[in-house]
Amino acid sequence: MTQEMAMSITIAMSLDLKGLSCPMPIIKTAKAMKQLAPGQLLEAFATDPGSVPDFKAWAQTTGNPLVESSQEGGVFRFVLRKKEI
Amino acid sequence: MSIATIETPPIEQPAPQLAEKKPEVAEKLVIFAWSGELDKIWPTLILATTGAAMGKETTVFFTFWGLFPLVKNQVRITGENWMQKMLSMMNRGGDEHLKLSKMNFAGAGPAMMNHLAKEHNVASPHELLEVAKEMGVHLVPCQMTMDLLGLKREDLIDGLDEPAGATLALAQAQGAITLFI
Repeated sequence: MTQEMAMSITIAMSLDLKGLSCPMPIIKTAKAMKQLAPGQLLEAFATDPGSVPDFKAWAQTTGNPLVESSQEGGVFRFVLRKKEI
Repeated sequence: MSIATIETPPIEQPAPQLAEKKPEVAEKLVIFAWSGELDKIWPTLILATTGAAMGKETTVFFTFWGLFPLVKNQVRITGENWMQKMLSMMNRGGDEHLKLSKMNFAGAGPAMMNHLAKEHNVASPHELLEVAKEMGVHLVPCQMTMDLLGLKREDLIDGLDEPAGATLALAQAQGAITLFI
């Protein structure tokens, strides 16, 4: 595995947003993303079902790709990649 | 476990004649906060903080009843003359003393609403105001209404932008998403 590939699957930061309601999951995610370098990955766990369309919309409007949106046992997991400048 | 992987759409090559044209995305959000009730100032602040989180330059222009949530919670009576003082007596300012636009029931309504919000972990207007300041949302009180209603700068919370007028608000609103709540 090349170093570049290893970097692309390493999570740089993990956020626990479980229990939070709109708009806080997105607010906290936006703040956290500011701390990442371009290309780094952020994962976030949320329980608000509204966060599924919200993360998708946030990713689309801000240009930070949502590389994963999944669910396990009522917990949603999102992985965002910080966009290149 | 179900996994839905969202693929990034491939970058499309724009047609040569459209090369200059970018998709129109408003980079700014301007909300005119005219209402001071709990159930209106709440969505105002949710939208403002979310706008900032989406990278939009966000401004909330507080005017008329919308100014009262900005009054410090410990300030009880505001105004110079009896009319302004009476107004503040009947319409207490502060983000912890807000009324509902319907089903207020002499304060029982807001108490229940705040209880439900806590139960559902919804950030209160007070918390959202703090978040808005942190995220650089411009919170602009309307100078004319402040004078009219007898609200001084020291009656209002810290962290606000300088009071301004309709011209600044409309200048900010150029090319922005605008909402009047």
